[in-house]
Formats: sequence, structure tokens, C-alpha cells
Amino acid sequence: MTPKTPEQINEALLRPLAGVSARYLIVLACFLAVVIAGFTAFGWQIYHGIGVAGIRRPVFWGFYITNFVFWIGLSHAGTLISAILRLANATWRRPVTRCAEVITVFALSIGAMFPIVHLGRAWLFFWLVPYPSERGIWPNIRSPLLWDFFAISTYLLGSGTFLLLPILPDLALVRDRATGLRKKIYTVLAIGWRGTPRQWHRLETAMRIMAIAVIPVAVSVHSIVSWDFAMAPVPMWHSTIFAPYFVAGAIFSGIAALIIAMACLRKFLHLEEYLLPMHFENLGKLLLVMSLLWAYFVFAERLTSWYGNEPSEMAVFWLTQTGRYSPLFWTMVTCNFLIPFPLLAIKKLRTITGTVIASVGVVIGMWLERFLIIVPALSHKYLPYSWGTYRPTWVEITITAATFAAMAMLYMLFSKFIPIISVWELKWGQHEEPERDPVLLRKDEEATA
Amino acid sequence: MSHQWGMVIDLDRCTGCEACVVACHAENNISTVGEDQAARGRAKHWIRVERYYEGEFPDVKVKFMPVLCQQCDAAPCEPVCPTYASHHTTEGLNSQIYNRCIGTRYCANACPYNVRFFNFYNPAWDKPLHLQLNPDVSVRTVGVMEKCTFCLQRIKAGEIQAEAEKREVKDGEIQPACVQSCPTRAMVFGDLNDPQSEVSRMARSNRGTKLLGELGTLPKVTYLQRDSWNDSKDA
Repeated sequence: MTPKTPEQINEALLRPLAGVSARYLIVLACFLAVVIAGFTAFGWQIYHGIGVAGIRRPVFWGFYITNFVFWIGLSHAGTLISAILRLANATWRRPVTRCAEVITVFALSIGAMFPIVHLGRAWLFFWLVPYPSERGIWPNIRSPLLWDFFAISTYLLGSGTFLLLPILPDLALVRDRATGLRKKIYTVLAIGWRGTPRQWHRLETAMRIMAIAVIPVAVSVHSIVSWDFAMAPVPMWHSTIFAPYFVAGAIFSGIAALIIAMACLRKFLHLEEYLLPMHFENLGKLLLVMSLLWAYFVFAERLTSWYGNEPSEMAVFWLTQTGRYSPLFWTMVTCNFLIPFPLLAIKKLRTITGTVIASVGVVIGMWLERFLIIVPALSHKYLPYSWGTYRPTWVEITITAATFAAMAMLYMLFSKFIPIISVWELKWGQHEEPERDPVLLRKDEEATA
Repeated sequence: MSHQWGMVIDLDRCTGCEACVVACHAENNISTVGEDQAARGRAKHWIRVERYYEGEFPDVKVKFMPVLCQQCDAAPCEPVCPTYASHHTTEGLNSQIYNRCIGTRYCANACPYNVRFFNFYNPAWDKPLHLQLNPDVSVRTVGVMEKCTFCLQRIKAGEIQAEAEKREVKDGEIQPACVQSCPTRAMVFGDLNDPQSEVSRMARSNRGTKLLGELGTLPKVTYLQRDSWNDSKDA
């Protein structure tokens, strides 16, 4: 990559903030319409009762919890990948980290809504929050749902901070170049960033602390999500493999989401010179590793259950392998392994198109995986007399569609207000490592201003 | 000494008449959901009679098994509830505190017996059925989990009566609706802490088994059933 001047970088990365096209507004309106439809469906559910969803006895969790696990999983893209790449000092990470961290914050916010959406009495969701109340009891700390509450709120705060810290210098840059109302807004947002050596030093330290702190938090979040299932004595749930299996799956789907998001940004924001084929190639390799790891986990889980031959587990096992849910199971294997593996393993196919196709497969496959973990196990618990099936209703389908629309919409909006690629980090990247001196960078900034 | 309420169900006596199911509905204000919703798995029967068939037609043997909340001592439904709606009482019952329930349905997923029932909609009774509601039992609203209570209202009434008369609760004095209505007396209810009570004696029978006892849930319902192994030992 030929080094770019700060002016070139400013020009390319701040261009999306300059204005919106008619096409952008139309697409945004479409996504907004789907989001509104989702909220309407939720309102419908509140008004008529949770019965308008397809859940039933014995499948008390369906699409909602599938979406919950899926979106929380997807949120592992950003923070985790970005933190690891930062700590490993992988220099190619610079244009990638922020679009990854944004996925985390939005996916997490979407996912965190589902424990509320799925409640029978959603209006009482705050009873999950520990606070001294007239009810005279605290929430039950033995319940994995309460662990969820703590894990997700910690992760949301942590990943939010991790996203916002390195945005500050860019907000200041936008502030310095803006006029009028925009200048006022960005002045508030930049909370007094002036780029003094002391500020740079503090930012560096804070980023280093956050990068280390956020990794165990991210791992704990999806472990705890997996324990929502593993702690219950339900066939095929009650397993020690669940926590690492879920964490691996989360990172897997997260990388896939990141690749898709980057491809969209590259195309629509014309960032061809910044999001290079090399980035897709590198992330593609990571995706390949996770695909293999995922396949290994599935194999290990399935083999142990099959060899153990426990009757109640085998009922669920065959339900997914050859029974009612087998089409979904084999679609999942195809999407998560059979398609991505050749696309990512063969160097010639590991192009932008190749990695994007693989990633779309992985996102679909990982959604199916979450569904297949939850629904078949619940539908075939121990007593055959109360076996049942599950079919989603339009309410659940609409709300699910709305989550994807919400993700796209939030991402579109974000990229119009904040540079989606970290400007200052990219400028640092133009220099050789020894020259990564904040004071010099500040001089660069001054030269451009 | 506090009571530990338990039950014995003699499967060799059960005829599958479902009188217990009807009695339970009447006693506990369990709303019916209609044909359509029942087909969608929303029916609520705190006690149900499971039917299992052995052999090929026409040489078929039918087995009936009434299944209700087993009031487990190590109940999987209890620890998973984030709001303590599913709660163990000092008398060993798994009580469900409707007011605390926010409807996560986690308890119902964790329950291996599938004996927890969810109100997918607000309950409704066709007139004049609303006039026959039991005033001792609260009606559950939408989004709340409900389940067998061993007729807690009857237990409490019995205990209060005994206390007023300054005596202990007599064995057999308290009967849940299902036990009371069983024409073959297949069900026996009583205090497991009293070794001389009928339920304690019957629970010790060598015909006794616990439903899914291998899961370690420590159910307080014992099923009695002839089996060839014990028959040959008796002989």
C-alpha cells in the first residue's frame, strides 16, 4: 500500500459525513419501515398476549431466544477481534477495528432486547434488575438469566467504551473542520479533545487497558449465554462442551458479519483503497480457522452423545440427524462448513467475493445452529407423551426480520455521523513503527488543519 | 415438626378415567383455552393421564400414568427462576408465586416432567362458568406460569382448622382434589415426615418407583407398579 498523505485520508474517510444521496435515504427508509413493522409486531404481542407468538408447551423458547443467542454471538465480532488484533499489534487491523467494534455495540443492543421481548409480562422486565424495591426481594442470583443481565450489561458498557475511546480524536477532527450547528454538536461529542501529548498518552493507556479487559468479558458473556441452556437438565443441553462451543461459534459468526459489513462499506462508501483484498484475505483465514473449529466442536459433541447412547439424548440426536429437523441441520453443516471450507482454504477462491459468500453462509448457518440447539431439545424432552413441535408465527418472523433491518439501519446511520474507519489510526499506520509518536502525529494534524 | 407433603399413585389401580383431571380444573380455576389453542399446545392440565401402549393391535395393553408436579426436593425449576417466582416452601412444596412471575418460561424448560403451564393469553370463562370459580384460588393472568400446588388452599385450610382445634393434622384429613375424586383410590396424599402415615407406608412399598428419579430431582410423588423382579422376590 502506497503511503497516503493526511489530506488524502481526510478526504476519503470524511466524505461519507458530508451528505446523503437520495438512494441512501430510500434504502434507509426501507430498513426503517421493517424496524417499525417489528415494533408494531411487538406492540401487538403486548396487547394480545405472548400467545400470538408460536411458542407452546413444551417448546417454550423459539425464535426470540434464537435471535438473542445469535445477536449476542454476532457481537463477538468486534470487540474481541479488534482487541486481539490490537494486542497482537497487527498493523493491517487499522481500517478494520472500528467497523468491527460498531457491530459489537449494535448487535449487542439488539440481542439484549430479546430477553425482554420474549417475556410473558415484558412490562415487568425491570424485576430482573437488582434494586431495593417494595417487593422486598432481590433477583435470584442462582438463575443464569441474572448472570446474563450482569454479563451483557458489563459487555455493553465495556465494548461501548472500547468503541468510543478511539473515536474521540476523529470527532475532534470533524469538529475542527465543521462549521455552524455541526461544529457545536461535534464540540460536545469530542468532550474537549485537543490532542495534547498528555491526552494521547492517556488514550493509549486506556485503550491498552480496555483491550485486555474486554477479552475475558467477551468470553464470559457467551459462556454465560451457553449456560442458560447447559444449566438446565434438558437432553443435549446439559453438557460441559457448551461454553467453549458457544464462544467459538460466536467469534465464527462475528467474523462473518464483519466481512459482510466491510464489503458493504467498501462498495457503498467507495473505500476500495482502504479496505483492501488483503484485509478480506486475512479475515478469511481467521474465518477458516473458526469454521474448522466449529466443525470440530459439532463433531465432538455429536460423537460423545451418540457413543453415550443415552435414550433421552438419542431422541433429540436423531431428531436433528435424520428426523424432522434434519433438513435444517444439514443446511447448517453446508452453510457453516461445506461451502466456506473450499472457499476459504483455496487461495484462489479467497477473494472478496469468495469470503463474502462464505460469510453469508456462516451467518445463515449460525442462526440455524442457535435454532437447532434450542428447539429440538425442548420439543423432545424426557416423557414422550408431551413431545411437541414448534412453528413460528408472523409476529416472530417480523420481529426477526426487524433485527436485521435495525442492524443495517444503525450501521448506515453510524457511518454518516462518525468516520467508520479510524482516521487517526490510519494516519499512524502510514508511518514506520518507530515514528508512531503522538507529538509527531499532532504536528501532522496541525499541518493539515 | 413441619410437614413434608407427598403423594403415592398406584398405577395398578389407575383406570385412566380422568376424574382427577376434571376435579383439578374445577378446584384450581384452570381455564380452558379452546380447541384451536389446545391444538397449538396451549392447553393447561395441572394433572394429566399419560397413556402408553404396549404390543401390536389387537393385542394391546394400555398403561395409564397420571402425571402432575412431582414437588421435587431438588427441583430444576427453582434455581433457574430469576425472580423467585418458583420457590421451595418449608413444607417441601414447589410453590409458584404468580405475582412474582414475569414469564421467562425458563422453569418450564428446565422441568423434566413438563408439568408447568403457561398463560399465553388472559383466561376467560364462558358464562355462566365464571360463577363457579373457586374463591380460595387466585386466577392467573397472561404471561404467568402456573402448575400443580398439591391444592395448597386445602392444605392451608386443614392446617388452620387443626390449629384452631389445638391438634395435629390427622392423616388423610387433607386431600387434594385429584385424590379426593379418584374412584379407585389410586392416589394417596399425606405427610411424609410422619412414618406411620398411609402415604409414608405406601411410599416404602417395593413396588415404588420415582418418575425420572435418575435425574436426581428427588420427587415427592411415588408411583407404585408391579414389576416381575419384585414379584419374584415377594414369592
